[in-house]
Amino acid sequence: MSTPQSRALRSLLEDVGPVDHIGIEERVAKFTTRSIKKNAKIFGLKLATSMVDLTTLEGKDTPGKVASLCQKALRPHHDPEIPATAAVCVYPAMVKHAAGYLKGTSVKIASVATAFPSGQAPLKTRLAEVRAAVADGADEIDMVINRGAFLAGELALVQDEISAVLEACGESTLKVILETSELETYDQIRAASFLAMQVLRPGDFIKTSTGKTNLNATLGNNQVMLEAIRDHYLATGVEIAMKPAGGIRTAKQALHFLVAVKETLGDGWLSNSRYRFGASALLNDLVRQLVKEETGAYQAPYSFSESSSAY
Amino acid sequence: MSAKRMPARELLFGNLWEYDPAPETANAFIAERYGLFINGKFVAPKTRKYFDSISPRDGKKLAEIALAGPSDVDAAYQAAATAFTAWSKVPGAERAKFLYRIARLLQDRAREFAVAETLDGGKPIKESRDFDVPMAAAHFFYHAGWADKLDYVTPGRTLAPLGVVGQVIPWNFPLLMLAWKIAPALATGNTVVIKPAETTSITALKFATLLQEAGLPPGVVNIVTGAGDTGAAIVNHPLAAKISFTGSTAVGKSIQRALAGTNKRLTLELGGKAANIVFEDAPLDQAVEGIINGIFFNQGHVCCAGSRLLVQESIAATILAKLKLRLKSLRTGDPLDKNTDIGAINSKAQLTRIQDLVAAGISEGAKIYQAGCNLPEKGYYFPPTLFSNVSQSHRIAREEIFGPVLSILTFRTPEEAIEKANNTPYGLSAGVWTDKGSRILQMSTELKAGVVWANTYNKFDPTSPFGGFKESGFGREGGKQGLLDYAQLL
Repeated sequence: MSTPQSRALRSLLEDVGPVDHIGIEERVAKFTTRSIKKNAKIFGLKLATSMVDLTTLEGKDTPGKVASLCQKALRPHHDPEIPATAAVCVYPAMVKHAAGYLKGTSVKIASVATAFPSGQAPLKTRLAEVRAAVADGADEIDMVINRGAFLAGELALVQDEISAVLEACGESTLKVILETSELETYDQIRAASFLAMQVLRPGDFIKTSTGKTNLNATLGNNQVMLEAIRDHYLATGVEIAMKPAGGIRTAKQALHFLVAVKETLGDGWLSNSRYRFGASALLNDLVRQLVKEETGAYQAPYSFSESSSAY
Repeated sequence: MSAKRMPARELLFGNLWEYDPAPETANAFIAERYGLFINGKFVAPKTRKYFDSISPRDGKKLAEIALAGPSDVDAAYQAAATAFTAWSKVPGAERAKFLYRIARLLQDRAREFAVAETLDGGKPIKESRDFDVPMAAAHFFYHAGWADKLDYVTPGRTLAPLGVVGQVIPWNFPLLMLAWKIAPALATGNTVVIKPAETTSITALKFATLLQEAGLPPGVVNIVTGAGDTGAAIVNHPLAAKISFTGSTAVGKSIQRALAGTNKRLTLELGGKAANIVFEDAPLDQAVEGIINGIFFNQGHVCCAGSRLLVQESIAATILAKLKLRLKSLRTGDPLDKNTDIGAINSKAQLTRIQDLVAAGISEGAKIYQAGCNLPEKGYYFPPTLFSNVSQSHRIAREEIFGPVLSILTFRTPEEAIEKANNTPYGLSAGVWTDKGSRILQMSTELKAGVVWANTYNKFDPTSPFGGFKESGFGREGGKQGLLDYAQLL
């Protein structure tokens, strides 16, 4: 006999419908054959730059590191045509340091919370962390879902926890990290997307990954989530935003992701209030490509700030 | 789920981020005038006549093509018959070397051939680049592998060549169909007289220059160009040991009549009106992708195109809504642009035929949907088209349209799906979309079609035999089965 848990997961999977693994990967492979040239390329690169959540999530982060990250986010390059990033993303302890530089600017402060990246702490602790980050000035909270509970079929628990975090966020935007590599199948990624979206407010995000596992954002899981957002929007009118995170390092990859957005959700999602990239190395490659479009020549990586690498 | 409710809002697929034109600029190296390729050389036709090859992309003339008359076809057969004596005795491993060389040369010149194919036939450059040319090379590689293993195809028997093979190919996949025909014929030691379609001869003639480069002995492959009369001369020539034809069912039937009472072998790969069957438990977004790929691949100029969509009634409205949405991000236009999904209709005649059948669909009461798109002013173009409310008796559900036009019908039970799918004179291919494995097996057993794709569509591989049931023809191309159609068992 089936348990209530297995029934819950099965009925959710049935309700949202299956995803064919091979079909979705074939679909996204086509996005990578789009040829983005000239003005379209410049537009795409600038758009991607404005969508970056410039991230540092390391044990060795210091107020000084966060300070330079904030400066980089505000002004990625001396060329004023290159826009600021959407946000910086830091650990809760760093929020107050970031706030000193970013309050009153266009760059938002995002903080991971809820015992990131595992989420394996008591709910009370996780909520306290969220409240502390918001109190210190976080505009956006990146939470992780309880994957253990999801895989055990405790769907109501997963959803209730998201609701609780949402409440703790107050006015701050919530981004719900599904940690797709731990959900493993596209069917489960789609199901988890709906589970989160059903309780989210318009403008809240679903997000692929923490960047702390070996497989992060891919065009495949991005596409499954974009299609879930589309279906949810067409049914309810609620616009949920999307954030792939981890593994997007090159401008070319970022353009492929944006092609997926353009051809799946259309113009409405081509803005940093509806789509973000969680990344760090990506920003300098975007800037480098933009400078190349302008000057016709590639500059060495070390000629851009915050990068020491050479060819 | 959400999809059962009415969509609350529309998505805007506008021009916020418009892709700039991205034309493929490689030179196709198309000559002004092509002769006939007979006995290893380009020769002027004895008819002294040439006809224009028009690019459907812009209606402009690309080249002049020689018109082969009966005496030209005879010269080609004589050359092939003479060459057969030596070629049939060349060891398999040596024949394989030629096939490998052809495959590699084709890969080396892939970009040039892709552009030529797109200019000549109108298909999007991304298809000629990513499908036609690499797949043509793959067929030569695959059959090169067979050439020295003919003693092991059938236990205790060996394969011997038939003689001179006459081949007539269509205009939808000019280079690929040529590869499907020539590769197995050469692997088994036959020699060839082949005629490309009159609207798409250029890549075949370019292929002739590649054969010269490969050093293939003169007369092993002869390429004659022209229309139906030239084709008839090939079919009726007494030196032909076998005729292999890919094209329309009407012409296929007339060839079969012409060959009755002769000892020529025959394989036919004819038309189709494939059913693409979607069950309610299918992965819907991937099914929609498969439906789009099934009908709009190569502008629907595909004999195995999934032109009849059979959808389970419970999800018919959802699928139609998803298809309409998907049409909005399909890009129709200049086939040379790397971002074009749907290119030009192959010829003016074909465009007229599509227009006539679409008009018939409207007048018979089916409901038409076309996404608004700006088609180029010059050249032959037709927007991707959906017909809902189609019934089995409509012309658009029975006749092969060979264009970007999908007819949508519904069913309630698996039995009804099979009944409707098989209710056609054709039987080339079918698609089944379901999450249930056992149903795939059941459907593929009961569908009268040469190929049944499950949760995918339009997948080809040289190792996989392709061919039809009923009026879609007989004989197979590709795989061991295809090889056997070019050989006698000793």
